[in-house]
Amino acid sequence: MSDLSHPPPRTPAADATISVPEIQAGPEPAGRAAEFVGRSPNQLAWLRLKRDRTARASALTLLVAAVVALGAPLLGRLTGIDPTDKFVDRLNDFGMPIGYAGGISSDHWLGLEPGSGRDILMQLVYGLRTSLFIAFTSALLASCIGVAVGVLAGWARGWLDSLVNWLIDLTLAFPFLIFALAVIPILQDRFYSDREAPSPAFRVALIVATFGLFSWTYTARLVRGQVISLREREFVDAARAAGAGTAHILLRQLLPNIWAPILVTVSLMVPQFIAIEAALAFVNIGVTEPTPDLGRMIFNSIGYVASDPWYTLFPGLTIFLLVLAFNLLGDALRDSLDPRSTR
Amino acid sequence: MLRFVVRRLLVAALTLVVISLVTFGLFFAVPSSPAKVMCGKNCTAEDIAQVERRLGIDQPLPRQYADFVGGVFAGRTYGEGDFRQDCPAPCLGYSFRNNQPVTEIVAQRAPVTFSIVLGGAVLWLGLGISLGMVSALRRGTAFDRAAIGVTLAGASMQVYFFGLILLYLLVYSTGLLPFPSYTPLTESPARWAAGLLLPWMTLGFLNSALYARLSRAQMLETLSEDFIRTARAKGLPARQVHTRHALRAAITPIVTIAGLDIGTSLGGTFITETIFGLQGLGKATVEAVQFLNLPVVMATVLLAAVFIVVANIVVDVLYAVIDPRVRLG
Repeated sequence: MSDLSHPPPRTPAADATISVPEIQAGPEPAGRAAEFVGRSPNQLAWLRLKRDRTARASALTLLVAAVVALGAPLLGRLTGIDPTDKFVDRLNDFGMPIGYAGGISSDHWLGLEPGSGRDILMQLVYGLRTSLFIAFTSALLASCIGVAVGVLAGWARGWLDSLVNWLIDLTLAFPFLIFALAVIPILQDRFYSDREAPSPAFRVALIVATFGLFSWTYTARLVRGQVISLREREFVDAARAAGAGTAHILLRQLLPNIWAPILVTVSLMVPQFIAIEAALAFVNIGVTEPTPDLGRMIFNSIGYVASDPWYTLFPGLTIFLLVLAFNLLGDALRDSLDPRSTR
Repeated sequence: MLRFVVRRLLVAALTLVVISLVTFGLFFAVPSSPAKVMCGKNCTAEDIAQVERRLGIDQPLPRQYADFVGGVFAGRTYGEGDFRQDCPAPCLGYSFRNNQPVTEIVAQRAPVTFSIVLGGAVLWLGLGISLGMVSALRRGTAFDRAAIGVTLAGASMQVYFFGLILLYLLVYSTGLLPFPSYTPLTESPARWAAGLLLPWMTLGFLNSALYARLSRAQMLETLSEDFIRTARAKGLPARQVHTRHALRAAITPIVTIAGLDIGTSLGGTFITETIFGLQGLGKATVEAVQFLNLPVVMATVLLAAVFIVVANIVVDVLYAVIDPRVRLG
């Protein structure tokens, strides 16, 4: 974490002038030229990432998760099971799944939910969709707000900068989790009376909005710092001297130089949101039935931990692996984009 | 030093005012009818009007806010005649649903959360920092690599999963520990500790993973600095170099994070409390939110914010005490 709060002053633009040994310098003897390839800093980062074994493994895990999540309806059609199907005939009189390990069988690969009798694999696969969708949209929203506010504050200086700083401090003083917990049902009450059931999409939008509105601060701080340090560089002066407008300087000159740290924060924000979303669902404030959700599965499983621990194990393990893979990938991404950070 | 503290307190007070305004606005202006929400589904229009009158929410919003703030500092009285309810000095509101001043609810719940957090924090700081330090001093050894692996996994583990695993392994299948329960410390320290051991372990193990990673990185950075080389060159014993010189410098950023983590947790460890069925502040918030018990929600959210703001100040002052390089001015 510490290397993120002190973003490297080195930028792709600066790199190009110091240059990397791979870049051809001066005339080379013919025949050896083929061994030297000019590579941009981005290509170098990509190469480093490809060489990283953990990065490859975690990227593969995430790819599988994404394919499974996207292909959930296909899998449902293949097995002929819908996430809402209830196989009550396969539960005993106490509502517990019949058979070994939570009712694992050739029809139900991960068994059945005790009580409701739904297929755990289907719940898991559709829950993965909910989880990934919310995490990615929130991370995108938070980053967009963060970048916009950060660029604005860093570029404008003066009272606007102070205002943004104060706003960041204020947002950081809000107990985010507890606040999210309280705000979501209250806002829902505003838009829906208790007679009508709120649409699942509304709840999801509410969660994404809350996450976005409270998580932009980190990105904003980072971007602001970067903009302040880049603002005084020669290439900005050169662009201005060449008659470039503010929009051009911000979008075409500054932003391309700070995308690397932004990418790293996004990649580390996603696992956090996956965990927080599940935490909210865990106290029954997250996504509502019938939308499948990993956190709510764990919440529902609390009462069955003693009798059917498998019900807790599968969603718990899914969230753990998902978060772990994202964290590892984020770390690897940071290492490859910032060659100086050695651990 | 004094000037710094005073300025810091003023900023903190301003932050709290703004947070209370936002929370108040959100919880009392946003719901279509706070009284209806508080009263429940079976209330008639008359009941609602009565609730409104008793709680003073028939007044305009600025007046309501002023009454709330007045209640916090001077106490206030709700209702009249038979329904008169006194709410003494730190009055955080009156819960119609529980028929109880919110301050009383908070006072009942806070010791539970405090016990969970303080016990857990001792475990996670002790375990995390020592693991990180040893790991940094033995960099590259098998121990270090094992520690990196374990802490990496631990940092991605979730309380709601890990807690249930521990519950299954230690309570349900082996019976090594009793199911968590809260006994006040003053009543029986032994039962207090025994009942909270499981939540302490859950929070302690998971958070120590983060702290171990952090302190390992900090320690490695510090060990490569010049003053460590100087200390070694002076002929100081390794033990003294590591603890008195390296650890002291490496611990400063950890204090910041620990302070904020503890402050945030004091506002309610709602997941831990939900798993183990402990009636702490977090559980109170979750329950209040489910029934939209607005006065309780408002009070617990505000309290959580107060803890964060106070933790920030404490951290700033601690900084100057621990790190000789920091001078407050």
